[in-house]
Amino acid sequence: MINRRNLLKIGGAVVAASILGSESVLGAQDFEGNPDRLGMLTDTTRCIGCRRCEAACNKANNLPAPKTSFEDTSVFEEKRKPYVADVQSYTVVNRFEGEDGKPVYRKVQCMHCDEPACVTACPVAALTKSKEGPVVWNEKLCIGCRYCITACPFYVPAFEYSSAFEPKIQKCFMCSQRIKDGLIPACAEACPVEAIQFGKRNDLIKMAKQRIWGEPDKYIDHVYGETEAGGTGWLYVSKLPFEKMGFPGNIGVTSFPKLTKDFLGMVNLTLVTWPALLGGFYMATHKKPNEGHENKNETENEKKTEEDIKHE
Amino acid sequence: MNEFGNETVERHVYPKNELTGAEIISNWFREKIFLGLSFKEYMKTLITPLNIGAGLIVFAGLFLIAMRFIFGLDQVTEASNEQPWGLFLTWGLFSGVPFSASGFVIGTGVYIFGVKRYQPIVKNAILLGFLGYLFAVIFLMIDLGRPWRIYYPMAISFGTASVMFLVAWHVALYLSVQFFEFCPSVLAWLNQGYLQKIAVSMTLGLTIFGVMLSTLHQSALSAMFLLAPGKVHPLWYTSYLPWLALISAIGAAMALMIVVSKLTTIYFRNRASAEYLGSIDDVTIGLGKASSLVMFTYLGMRLISITHEGAWKYLDTPTGHWFMVEIMILALVPFLYYYGVMKKNVKLIQVTGVVTMIGIILNRFNLTLLTFNYQLPRGEPFYWKEVLVVISVVIIQVLVYRWIVNRMPVLRDHPDYPNDGH
Ligand code: SF4
Ligand code: SF4
Ligand code: SF4
Repeated sequence: MINRRNLLKIGGAVVAASILGSESVLGAQDFEGNPDRLGMLTDTTRCIGCRRCEAACNKANNLPAPKTSFEDTSVFEEKRKPYVADVQSYTVVNRFEGEDGKPVYRKVQCMHCDEPACVTACPVAALTKSKEGPVVWNEKLCIGCRYCITACPFYVPAFEYSSAFEPKIQKCFMCSQRIKDGLIPACAEACPVEAIQFGKRNDLIKMAKQRIWGEPDKYIDHVYGETEAGGTGWLYVSKLPFEKMGFPGNIGVTSFPKLTKDFLGMVNLTLVTWPALLGGFYMATHKKPNEGHENKNETENEKKTEEDIKHE
Repeated sequence: MNEFGNETVERHVYPKNELTGAEIISNWFREKIFLGLSFKEYMKTLITPLNIGAGLIVFAGLFLIAMRFIFGLDQVTEASNEQPWGLFLTWGLFSGVPFSASGFVIGTGVYIFGVKRYQPIVKNAILLGFLGYLFAVIFLMIDLGRPWRIYYPMAISFGTASVMFLVAWHVALYLSVQFFEFCPSVLAWLNQGYLQKIAVSMTLGLTIFGVMLSTLHQSALSAMFLLAPGKVHPLWYTSYLPWLALISAIGAAMALMIVVSKLTTIYFRNRASAEYLGSIDDVTIGLGKASSLVMFTYLGMRLISITHEGAWKYLDTPTGHWFMVEIMILALVPFLYYYGVMKKNVKLIQVTGVVTMIGIILNRFNLTLLTFNYQLPRGEPFYWKEVLVVISVVIIQVLVYRWIVNRMPVLRDHPDYPNDGH
């Protein structure tokens, strides 16, 4: 017979389990950045729009051949996304008009955020910020919920909607395999003018600031990504204001895990208060319900046995 | 030996024991499944124009679902990287789950606060809640990229910082809770008296557990969007989102109960007890009163949240005008309820219930689909094939509901187990 006291005990166990379990909820959100984590720096003042990074990326990641060749500059007529409908690319270069009328180019790809929205979103931890720096995806875990796409403030991850059996999440993974093999990311290697540089994030920030300090007329005084969205692994310096180059203007500097941290923190509170409140209320309004029930059941049982005996 | 012999002779006296196994089974089917008719008779009753129409739509929907599983999501949906969550989730999960709060709202009222007034509708509320969650999971399965991994958040890998992880756990747990809560009716139908008693005795614990899970995941469903501040339109984005979701879910659940109770008195008259039918007016007025309060709270909180986020400046934009439609519907609701209760006008309360449902569905559609990613150029919000799939799944849901209500003691008490409403 399950009586009320047992129920409260069970409730207590559940609460305890949730509290113990949820320590990791909060723990998972405290970002302890590896000071040596890797990053990339794009200098848009250097970029000449040759699209060689696109070609190199395509080759390095075995992506399908594009419809128009990588030499074709007509693609600059429109602002492309780092994916084309279904995934055909991890990165694209877009053209913008500079203040002096000359073209300015911006390479778009995953920003490899320090505390990524996509990683926070993923219910199965298929996306992770690796210790080395790249934000990587584990195909073995992904359930295809696409919350990462909903959450990413830079509109980066893409899903293979045309695949029924193994739809992948696709985005730039900072060539993490190449890095492991001791190579540098394909796009950085391919760039003829060193507009894309690879290195430790901290060094890149210093380098970026030195460039700004050295040539204050050539750059605006801001390293995009140093603080945006809580800091990103891919950094940009530029002469043209960033919002004029298609960077989302409303990102802010709050890290994304913070946005849901309060809510997740409330979980414990709710789990503890509800059973206590409701259980208490029930006890207060229903007088001695336990005894009543048990007695009733006992008498019923007794009756039954009596009846059984009669039958026999 | 004699005694044994006697016993066998005695047994033959009971006609029941003369039945062969096959006969017992066919009798069971006749009574439990075919509503007391023979198979042929039962089949004949099924062939009505309405059923045939429903069958055709369901068939077309199932065909499209098969297409989706063979050729991929883009075959039937408008989902894209600009619109990662389409109609399936917007309808099935984000709009469906708030209404499925019916089990928890009415259950809490009756079993914990002891409001006997709602006793007649509590089993129906739990059934509706259970089916709502079940079909939310079905929609999720259709929409997930790899649905065969749906249990991964529960067993394989834990993304503990994710609100969706929380939702996954709570929906799974709560679905089980609702199943157990509805068990008394199922067991009464199957004449499992002993098990039925055990199931009834679990009611209080299940209800409390259910409240914990419901309050959390109802709010979590909207809290998922806290992670997309630049993508949810400012008129909808607010740190109050979890609270608004919870309160509107309570309002949604009551509206659903008001409307469905009315519908049952029309379509299930012969499956309902006189007590049930007689109580609906009173129940409706009670729910109307509570709803009025809930929706006033919702409205107040919603207006405060918009002020708090400084979003009124977006009012005079196309999206802002669309927002006005939603907020005007939702603002009208509490006053209508209030007026209906004052005048004891049951019809008005029922109509308001429908209006509330429309308002809350519109709210969820706006949040998750229609204004989401408002800064990107947008295509069509959904594809006709998606709509057809949704309609066919909803028809299946209604048919399952009808199947159960026709058989199990939902709108009445089982004669042998009068206390299963406890
Ligand atoms: S840019 Fe988007 S996809 Fe890349 S790490 Fe940041 S949140 Fe994730
Ligand atoms: S789609 Fe895959 S990677 Fe993205 S959040 Fe869902 S499970 Fe994680
Ligand atoms: S780092 Fe690698 S994957 Fe990313 S854009 Fe460059 S080449 Fe492509």
